[in-house]
Amino acid sequence: MNGIRGDWQARAIQVLFVAAILLLWYYVSTSGLVGVIFLPPLPRVIDKFLQIIQTGSLYYNLAVTAYELAMAFSIASILGLSIGYFVGRSRIAVVIFEPLLAGLFAVPIIVFLPLFILFFGIDMQSKIAFGATYAFFPIVLNAIGGISQIDPRLIIVARSMGANEGQLFRRVLLPAALPVIATGLRIGCIIGFLSILGSEMIAGLRGLGSRIVTLAEGMNTVEMFAYIIFVILMAALLNVTLTRMQARFSAPREQP
Amino acid sequence: MSEFAISIENVSHAYARPDEGAVATLDNVSLGVRKGELLCLIGPSGCGKSTLLNIVGGLVRPASGTIKINGRPIIGPSPKDIAFVFQENTLFPWNTVRDNIKVGLEFQGVPPAERKNRAEEAIEAVGLSEFAQNYPHQLSGGMKQRASLARALSLRTDILLMDEPFASLDEQTRTYLGEELSILLATTNKTIVLVTHSLSEAVFLADRVVVMTARPASIKATIEVPESHPREPGFMASPRFAELRNELYAQLRAEIEKTVGGFVGKAAARDRERRGTSGTRSDSE
Repeated sequence: MNGIRGDWQARAIQVLFVAAILLLWYYVSTSGLVGVIFLPPLPRVIDKFLQIIQTGSLYYNLAVTAYELAMAFSIASILGLSIGYFVGRSRIAVVIFEPLLAGLFAVPIIVFLPLFILFFGIDMQSKIAFGATYAFFPIVLNAIGGISQIDPRLIIVARSMGANEGQLFRRVLLPAALPVIATGLRIGCIIGFLSILGSEMIAGLRGLGSRIVTLAEGMNTVEMFAYIIFVILMAALLNVTLTRMQARFSAPREQP
Repeated sequence: MSEFAISIENVSHAYARPDEGAVATLDNVSLGVRKGELLCLIGPSGCGKSTLLNIVGGLVRPASGTIKINGRPIIGPSPKDIAFVFQENTLFPWNTVRDNIKVGLEFQGVPPAERKNRAEEAIEAVGLSEFAQNYPHQLSGGMKQRASLARALSLRTDILLMDEPFASLDEQTRTYLGEELSILLATTNKTIVLVTHSLSEAVFLADRVVVMTARPASIKATIEVPESHPREPGFMASPRFAELRNELYAQLRAEIEKTVGGFVGKAAARDRERRGTSGTRSDSE
């Protein structure tokens, strides 16, 4: 990750890559080779994209999904960080719970989606619960890793200088674990977003995922693609923002 | 009895190992460290000298016995009386040199207004003023240890405990820092206990060198080094230095052999025995 920042050549190739895909889309969709239903012409999709932003018809569903994500991420962060902290502080707890949580993370939780809907209803609550469940695991696992892998000498030296529990947490444990915890939060947020979109698409009343499915079922592929482009841009923005935040947390340190 | 800054009274210690059960590390150690004295603990690796230092600092509880600081028994870390310098990498990597010292003062309970001046003072004392804003990973090994020393000095304790502070450095840097330390400490009048495995470092720095036995450690001998501080680099070249160093090594040698196993001597003895009993050479063990 080090060399890429400021490396404009790599950036230029990335931009060209995206431009090439859009160009390919433009030519294939306007050549008449494929039907409009399967791949609508790029200019029409862009027009529609601008239209849903200008008229604001997009914002209702965006607000729903953003609210669900914010709630799910908050719940997952509070639970994940606090459980991660207490497990991470005890060697025995790490040995017991770390493999357990890692094992649960490997379970395809998507198969339990019908249960989530049964328990929390078809509307936003089930999406929040489902997104929080998925986001919880990377957050808790990274928090455990971050806290438990702190060099014990740093804790000893802090204690020898008279650090109390609060100072130890604020001045040693938190800064030492923060880069790893930030990675967990970033992955948790992205996974939370994906699982909320997915659950909206499978069974939901509103939100961006639900809207995309409704448009697809109505054969309105132009608007569907406009929404898809918006979701892609949103995911990219989320990723860039979170990566920047994560880099700030680990800035003054030696890169291992 | 408060002529001693530190009194170690009948201290024993053992730790539990899953495979071997309890391993005794210290066996009934009693020792008084005089006020203003620099005392070196030297002994074979793994003998328990670092454990003794951690017990003195209140970081490890002894199985039995007591530690008294200025006559008062201690049961935990005593940051007002005792500062530590550890072997390496104990600076907080996310703090600059200055902030590392300031956070130590915060832990000790120094009011915020005083921290900056005391940090500057300590940084200057170890000659790191130019590097106050640097992060530990931007410093050489020697500079990191000087920063650790500055952090310990800033705490203004009467007692300084140093656990092989120069062990990870190359010999040239170690010798140079030893000279600097001798000059610095001559002016501070602190009571210092220094754990080392370097014979030269012990003789050069100490007023008294305490030789520990192999595990479980007890005190084998005490060697006085009657030479005033600060010590000149020339002391290291003097016949008296060589004499003291040799005496120290003579005391240590048997203990080191117990730890390392004395493989040459033992192999020869085993070989003789084998030939004597069976008469034939067999390579199976």
